[in-house]
Order: sequence, then structure tokens, then C-alpha cells
Amino acid sequence: MEDSKQMTHDHYDAEASKIGMWLFIFTELLLFGGLFIIYSVYRFMNPEAFHLAAEELDTFIGALNTVLLLVSSMTIAMATSALQLKNKKLTLLLSSVTVIIGLVFLVNKYFEWETKFSHGIWPGSEHMLETMSQGEILFFGLYFIMTGLHALHIIIGLAIIGVAMWKVHTGTIHENRAALLENAGLYWHLVDIIWIFLFPLFYLIT
Amino acid sequence: MSNEKHHIVPYRIYIYILLALLALTFASIEITSIELGKYTVAGALVFATIKSFLVLTYFMHLKYDKPYIKIMVAFVFAIFIVTTIITFLDYLYR
Repeated sequence: MEDSKQMTHDHYDAEASKIGMWLFIFTELLLFGGLFIIYSVYRFMNPEAFHLAAEELDTFIGALNTVLLLVSSMTIAMATSALQLKNKKLTLLLSSVTVIIGLVFLVNKYFEWETKFSHGIWPGSEHMLETMSQGEILFFGLYFIMTGLHALHIIIGLAIIGVAMWKVHTGTIHENRAALLENAGLYWHLVDIIWIFLFPLFYLIT
Repeated sequence: MSNEKHHIVPYRIYIYILLALLALTFASIEITSIELGKYTVAGALVFATIKSFLVLTYFMHLKYDKPYIKIMVAFVFAIFIVTTIITFLDYLYR
């Protein structure tokens, strides 16, 4: 931090920051894209088992989490507008709302997984190996990997938004230097897009 | 220098987009609860695609970005679609 203050040339390039973020988002899209292809192939090979296993998931909690993520996406997008309109208080308020909604999402996820665990369903559990077909085991394996990796992205997104909020608070991020907050927003929207596809594929197609 | 490309999106646009996204979410829940057989998957994916398009265009500001960023994003989605098609061609005709 001290070094950057002493630098005579303060290098800031909003467009380069944005491209960098997009390139990273592309790798994330292809990471989840690969998992979606695995899901499609296994679903194609085990249609009945996937149908049966998906009935186990709670559509209500999935829909609730979808609504939460969509609203939080809106608030973080609004936070950037608020920053550009030089309204620091509103920026921090909207980002805090995003963080709180993200935490509620994780709490819901915890209760959802907890229900699965109490039914004896977790990767490699005896209940799964003894009573479920190969297709159902694959479904739950993909369910835990994909929603788990998504939840990990939520946690990382919350951390990035937290850092951005701190920097808005201290004044490092302001209306002429908004890239970090915008990129935090882009990351959060990426997490939203992934959930937009996870929700119908796991919860709705039964 | 950075002012020329700064497009401030009004709050109401975001509210409209959120309402559209919520409407599409509930519509997709409704449509998948109807027994449509094979078309259920297709229906749910069409809704998800429209939703992600709205998020990319408005929330992720692609509408206000320079064309080359849009082209890059479209290219990545094209790679994903082509990979999916090739994978399925393999599974269907092996």
C-alpha cells in the first residue's frame, strides 16, 4: 500500500481491468461449462434415474435461492451506478445488501445440504452405495460438486465485494476509479448466471 | 479520458430487468410443472438462456460495452455450444 502512494505514475486503466476480468470469467464459464456437459451426458445415459433423484430436491428452497441471487445481482449493479453518481453512502448500503443476501443464500444451502446428509445422502455414503442405482449416485455426485463449487464462488464473491466495500469506504475506489467495484459486480453476476442454469437442471427437470 | 465511456445506467432499468428475471423464473417453474415430456428440458433451458442473456446484457453492461467485448463473450458461448454438440454427436453415433 505504501509503495503505491510513492509511485509517480499511478497506472489505472479501467478498460484493461475490465478485459482482464472478462478473460477470467471466460475460464470460469468453461470450467462450469465442462461440468454442464458431464451432467448432460450422464442425464442422457440415465434419464430415469436422474428424474427419480431430482424429486429428492426441494424446489421451494431452490426457487427462493434463485430469487435471492437475482435481487442481489440487481443491488450490486445499482451499487456501481450509485458510485458513479457520487453517492458513497448508497453504494455501501447496496453492496451491504448484496453481501447479506449472499450470506442468506449460503445459510439456505447449509440447511438444504443438512437435509440431504440427514437422509444419508452424501458422496460415497453407505445409504447411496447400497440403495441407489448408478444413475442416482451420479446425479447426487454432480449435485454436490456443482452446487458446492458454486457455493465456493459465492464465498469468494462475498470476499471480493467485502474488499471493494472497504476500498469505497477508505476512498481508494471512487467515481473516477470504479474498476474494482465493477469487476466485483461482474464476478457476482457470473455466479448468478451459473445458478440460473443450475436451478432448472437440478431442481425443475424432474 | 475515462469519462467518455462511462455510461451510468439508471436505477429503474435494473428494477425492470429484475422484474423480468423474476417473471421468467416463475414462468419456468410453472412450465416445468406441466408434464411436457421431452420438451420440459428444452423449455427450462430456453427460459434460462433468456435470463442469462438479460443478465449479460444489462447487469454485466455488455449493452454499453465496445463491440469487441461482446464478440469475445459470444465466441466463448459458441465454443461451449460447439463442444456440447460434438460431445453428443460422439455419444449418439458411436
